[in-house]
Amino acid sequence: MRFLIFSSRTAKEILRDTLNLFFGLGFPLVLIVLLTAIQSNIPVPMFELDHLTPGITVFGLSFMTLFSAVLISKDRESALLQRLYTTPLTSSDFIFAYALPLLPIGIAQCVICYIAAIFIGLEPQITILYAVLFAIPVALFYIFLGLICGSVLTVKQVSGICGALLTNLSAWLSGIWFDVELVGGTFKTIANALPFIHAVELERAVFSGNYAGIFPHIWWVAGYTVIAIIAAVFLFLRQMKKQ
Amino acid sequence: MYAIKTEGLTKIYKDLTAVDNLNLAIEQGELFALLGVNGAGKTTTIKMLTCLTKPNHGDALINGNSIITDTNKVKNIIGVSPQETAVAPNLSVKENLELMCGIHGFNKEKRLSKIKELSNQFDLSAILNKRAGKLSGGWQRRLSIAMALISEPQILFLDEPTLGLDVLARSDLWDTIRALKGKITITLTTHYMEEAEILSDRIGIMKDGKLLALGTADEIKISAGKEKFEDAFVAIVTEAVKL
Repeated sequence: MRFLIFSSRTAKEILRDTLNLFFGLGFPLVLIVLLTAIQSNIPVPMFELDHLTPGITVFGLSFMTLFSAVLISKDRESALLQRLYTTPLTSSDFIFAYALPLLPIGIAQCVICYIAAIFIGLEPQITILYAVLFAIPVALFYIFLGLICGSVLTVKQVSGICGALLTNLSAWLSGIWFDVELVGGTFKTIANALPFIHAVELERAVFSGNYAGIFPHIWWVAGYTVIAIIAAVFLFLRQMKKQ
Repeated sequence: MYAIKTEGLTKIYKDLTAVDNLNLAIEQGELFALLGVNGAGKTTTIKMLTCLTKPNHGDALINGNSIITDTNKVKNIIGVSPQETAVAPNLSVKENLELMCGIHGFNKEKRLSKIKELSNQFDLSAILNKRAGKLSGGWQRRLSIAMALISEPQILFLDEPTLGLDVLARSDLWDTIRALKGKITITLTTHYMEEAEILSDRIGIMKDGKLLALGTADEIKISAGKEKFEDAFVAIVTEAVKL
């Protein structure tokens, strides 16, 4: 199981980067605390913990894209990947080794967000466990999106596109901070055509126990995840050949 | 059997012939240098010989194994230290070595003995727990070569091993390469004439993908009618430009 050896390296590289820990874990936690504080002074239903927390967990997962994309693009630029392509590791070893270690990191991030929310007033309930489970396809979408970006972009481009553009898109077009219905028009159409808002609505429905409400959002998330996985495998193999 | 034998090896990128009908035979245990200015086709040659890129025409046999049809066998008998340092920056020196041991499927006992052996050979013992990314360029290059030797390769490829190093680090690395001489077949690329002359048993001079001269440093000087190797190199390359 050579890919496990390389997976362990992926996890170490990500977890030892303090910036990763700050943005991936610290930032969502700060947002939960800050928005809850605002909500306690100026009540906004959007920022009530049972509405806000599922959205924040999805937003936090968008950093998985940044983590995997930065790591892969750095490995490409430093020629570490070139070295490893001359070893007996296979293409599937590489893809699994880059993707799989991020899944437990993403799940841990969701769990920590919910624990933090419980500390500041969220009522503990079994649906938290279901929400964490339903976050897995969302996490996979973001992780494989990172593989796509890492396979085609330079380190500099990754910082701009995944670090700034994607996290902003994921934030503004997800309905976490404001109701997209209120904006309406083209903005709403674009938001509904992308997976972010559906991932948030899926998590909110699962968390609130409204299982009928997970449809059609789960299909959007699943569809985008499958497309991301296929595109990631194709583009990763293409850059492997280019080496 | 030759360690490396190329037969009409050719690589074409769109309208650029990076390597043009290369015919070369390198003996077992030989230290062979491919010398040339930037863009001469040295790195592309190494990339083909290490199965990183496929030739458009021709083939090469690495200890009798084709780089086109026996890639897995080739990968099991070669070690590669790419032009860039190619180390995992957030892993310690020891973890980098362990990573390569794991990828090559070593058991714990062999892993420990290999790390001890290479740490001694490359004077890495004192820095085993340091993060690779914090090391100087010279030490990173030394680690990179040690990583390439983990698999006990029969043939070692060093792509511009001293590029960007200061005089002292270069001298240290030359000592390291000299110590390997005779124990293993080494093919290195360089654009430093002094490096090729001092280290190599034989030298191949490349320009625009073509092999212009082949022989020992003395043979090349005699054939070019020059006393200094640098003058011989300039004469050979300039003559090729005129033609």
